[in-house]
Amino acid sequence: MNQNPTPSEQLDRLRQPAKESWHALQDSDVPVIYVGHATCGRAAGSQETIEGFEQALADKGIAAEIRTVGCLGHCYAEPLVIIHYPGFPPLMYQKIGAGEARVLVNSFLQAGEDPCFEYLLGALEPNEMFPTLMDYPRYLYEKRVIMAHCGRIDPENIDHYLALDGYQALAKALEQGGQWVVDEVKAAHLRGRGGAGFPAGIKWEIARHAEKQPKVVICNGDEGDPGAYMDRTLMESNPHQVLEGLAIAALAVGAERAILYIRAEYPLAVRTIQQAIYAAREKKLLGDHILGTDFSLDISIFQGSGAFVCGEETALIQSVEGHRGMPQYRPPYPAVEGLDGLPTVINNVKTLATVPAIISKGSDWFKTIGTEKTPGTAIFSVVGEVEYPGLVEVPMGVSLEHLIYEVCGGIKDGKPFKAVQIGGPSGGCLPESELGTAIDFDSLKQAGAMMGSGGMVVMNADACMVEVARYFVDFTQKESCGKCTFCRIGTRHLLAILEDFTKGVGSDDDLQELKSLSEGIIKGSLCSLGKTAPNPVLTTLKFFPDEYLAHIHEQRCPAMMCRALTAFYIDLEACARGCDACVACCPTEAIFTTSNRKKAIDQEKCVKCGECVYACPPEYDAVRRVSPPGMIPDQGIKPLVETKEEQ
Amino acid sequence: MVTITVDGLEITVPRRTRLLQACLDNGIYIPNLCYLEGMDQPPASCRLCLVEIEGRPGPVPSCSLEVEAGMVVHTNTDEVQKLQKMAFRLLVCTNEGQCRMCMANKRCELQRIAKFLHMPLRTKRLRHLPKDLPEVIEDHPCIVYEPNKCVLCGRCVYVCAQQGNDFSLSFANRGFNTVISFFGSQNEGQGDACLDCQACVDICPVGALNLKDDRRRHLRKMAAKAKARG
Ligand SMILES: Cc1cc2nc3c(=O)[nH]c(=O)nc-3n(C[C@H](O)[C@H](O)[C@H](O)COP(=O)(O)O)c2cc1C
Ligand code: SF4
Ligand code: SF4
Ligand code: SF4
Ligand code: SF4
Ligand code: SF4
Ligand code: FES
Repeated sequence: MNQNPTPSEQLDRLRQPAKESWHALQDSDVPVIYVGHATCGRAAGSQETIEGFEQALADKGIAAEIRTVGCLGHCYAEPLVIIHYPGFPPLMYQKIGAGEARVLVNSFLQAGEDPCFEYLLGALEPNEMFPTLMDYPRYLYEKRVIMAHCGRIDPENIDHYLALDGYQALAKALEQGGQWVVDEVKAAHLRGRGGAGFPAGIKWEIARHAEKQPKVVICNGDEGDPGAYMDRTLMESNPHQVLEGLAIAALAVGAERAILYIRAEYPLAVRTIQQAIYAAREKKLLGDHILGTDFSLDISIFQGSGAFVCGEETALIQSVEGHRGMPQYRPPYPAVEGLDGLPTVINNVKTLATVPAIISKGSDWFKTIGTEKTPGTAIFSVVGEVEYPGLVEVPMGVSLEHLIYEVCGGIKDGKPFKAVQIGGPSGGCLPESELGTAIDFDSLKQAGAMMGSGGMVVMNADACMVEVARYFVDFTQKESCGKCTFCRIGTRHLLAILEDFTKGVGSDDDLQELKSLSEGIIKGSLCSLGKTAPNPVLTTLKFFPDEYLAHIHEQRCPAMMCRALTAFYIDLEACARGCDACVACCPTEAIFTTSNRKKAIDQEKCVKCGECVYACPPEYDAVRRVSPPGMIPDQGIKPLVETKEEQ
Repeated sequence: MVTITVDGLEITVPRRTRLLQACLDNGIYIPNLCYLEGMDQPPASCRLCLVEIEGRPGPVPSCSLEVEAGMVVHTNTDEVQKLQKMAFRLLVCTNEGQCRMCMANKRCELQRIAKFLHMPLRTKRLRHLPKDLPEVIEDHPCIVYEPNKCVLCGRCVYVCAQQGNDFSLSFANRGFNTVISFFGSQNEGQGDACLDCQACVDICPVGALNLKDDRRRHLRKMAAKAKARG
């Protein structure tokens, strides 16, 4: 036994060549161009960017390397490109399409002269010449533990991960043993990032001590929240970190089988993970006799077919077993009796991706980040009306205000903030007065929202809270598995009442019913989908009661968002004689010429699409929106009667 | 054996008995729709059998709990009744509650629960909200299904699987429009998926599943009655 190399020694053999090739890339004497090529980058056109670079480089006969990397989380700036030109610090550029790629090649890569400041976001390292990214609040306040390497390494090249100390935690775990891992993760107080925040170490311990054999671990990459994409980003940008975490979890609970449950709508994540599994197996980092030890792990991918409820752990198990994805009553909890009746640990992608860092650097280090009750970082996908939407990773415990105003640059166009919806479709809407709330499982829950899986929508004054509640309830009631009475039928009634409200129909009794149904659904539903679905309703009722009352008492939508309660008219004072910019945009030909050759809207024909508001040139800005519709002033409009000569 | 207290009454039942079963066996009725004796893992979906247990938070479905020595159970607290009534209202609002015309009249489980809860079969508090589906689905060769009467208790799906017929009868659609569906019965080449055992028809607690022949006869009878009344 003694002459066998230890896992660490085995790993070192793999790391030597990996480090060499990584350093060769860092010290390359030709420029290296890194293009963000995860799903978000691709959606923004990174394929064209790559082709643009290739073309331009070929045209100029310049030697350079193009490497595709994952996502840095700066979605507002995609396609993102990092150029490492020998003699310069690595420079990050934003919004680089094919055209900008050509300019960069011509002015920077060709002569090394003009580094194109106009596209520059900043340098990745401190230097004399360029502002560094650390000068931006976004970078300064972020704390990257889980996403540390995302967007910096090639996800398809296992050597990149190995060179940056990848799989070191697995080697250490193999040497220390499963119980040590459980103790360490328990000591770190790592809470599950999939929504409920259950301590991972305790879950692992329960499964480890469960009698039945064999055991199973599952990585939950279902990510069904609309607008949330941090799990996808991790799987696409640094798949080995997720795999390493999963392997450590398997070791900790004594599992022989691991499954990655990824929704089929994430084809790139599936492909990237699959490729990573092959690469790791080849190097004996997964599969049989990992790093020369007795520990073997059969690891496979299961593609879910995109039902939100299949992210719920018991429904997920049902679907892997080949049944319809319907949640089951707990207990028994999966850790005791899960897939095929076997003890099954299910953890979220982010939870597992945090594990390698904890094992490498220790639980004490981990506890220096975040709060006492929830150490570590939180990843949010921030969308909506902020300057810099995208993925942000911040320490747990920072306030919502800090996240929105400092990290994400505040509200777009300087408009006033109205509400932030946190926790996915069944999260809550918090108003300005709650912005001091700390971001962690317990504080958010207390405020009526929840951590969920980290979706966050920031809204300005143009958002109608009744409509927002309707929108989210519409989603959850459609995604209900239909099993239990309260969720299946109750949420449908919530929707019916809210739909009425957005049309100005409703009474105080309906308002009362909305509340009591919501409370019943929370108490009576079987799984957390139903138990949380009324959150958007209850929080908007609590924090924005006036908006509900305006809808049902005055048929008025204060945000002027609900179509049935708003109307458009053209202010004849402001409208320019002879201009007809609005006419062509109207889909229903509702705009006609008045007797004084200005324009007016035929209310009978208008479908309230709002197009004319944007079509009217800003110097006139003549189209007005009012609520309730009866607010349109009488301007004494008469249509123009056209005479023969004019035609 | 295990002794527990239900509404102040001590009852003794074999170990591992489901709490709901224990109550029913001892003459304590708790409304229920989705539970059947012998179920390995009750679906706990109708949410009617809620009870409160001292020392545990909130109402819990009694069908899904096994009795534990010394359990003190309350089947009729305000909280329990409130939720049961709400669940009942939700269940009946898809149907007009036209019991007089229904084939299950007088043997319907919903009628029994209505009597127990002192609730009308036609709710005034919630709007009548039929499913966005045909009134009658007739794609099985000899069984007809009425989605708006169906309470989605899943008993039919369970007994079908118990017959050794795992995938013939199953849930379909999502959310409010969830139904049960005879997969395979309408597909060519799989026409024999259904065993024609009628187990599903027999177990349905309401009038949602019936033999086509029976229904035809029933409708004729109803029509004749209506005519006689003028
Ligand atoms: C309706 C619903 C959807 C869920 N979707 C997900 C999901 O997409 N991804 C996820 O990791 N957990 C999801 N969960 C939470 C899981 O049930 C489970 O708690 C989690 O995967 C456990 O992992 P963790 O302890 O690492 O958080 C969902 C829960 C519910 C009720
Ligand atoms: S709460 Fe909704 S999603 Fe969950 S089991 Fe009940 S019906 Fe299905
Ligand atoms: S709101 Fe739309 S439909 Fe109405 S007038 Fe303007 S462009 Fe036409
Ligand atoms: S675009 Fe504006 S200014 Fe021009 S005609 Fe229409 S309302 Fe008047
Ligand atoms: S199923 Fe029951 S409640 Fe419904 S109409 Fe028939 S008898 Fe009445
Ligand atoms: S058809 Fe009858 S037995 Fe089947 S789910 Fe509906 S109500 Fe239950
Ligand atoms: S009988 Fe218990 S939930 Fe239906």
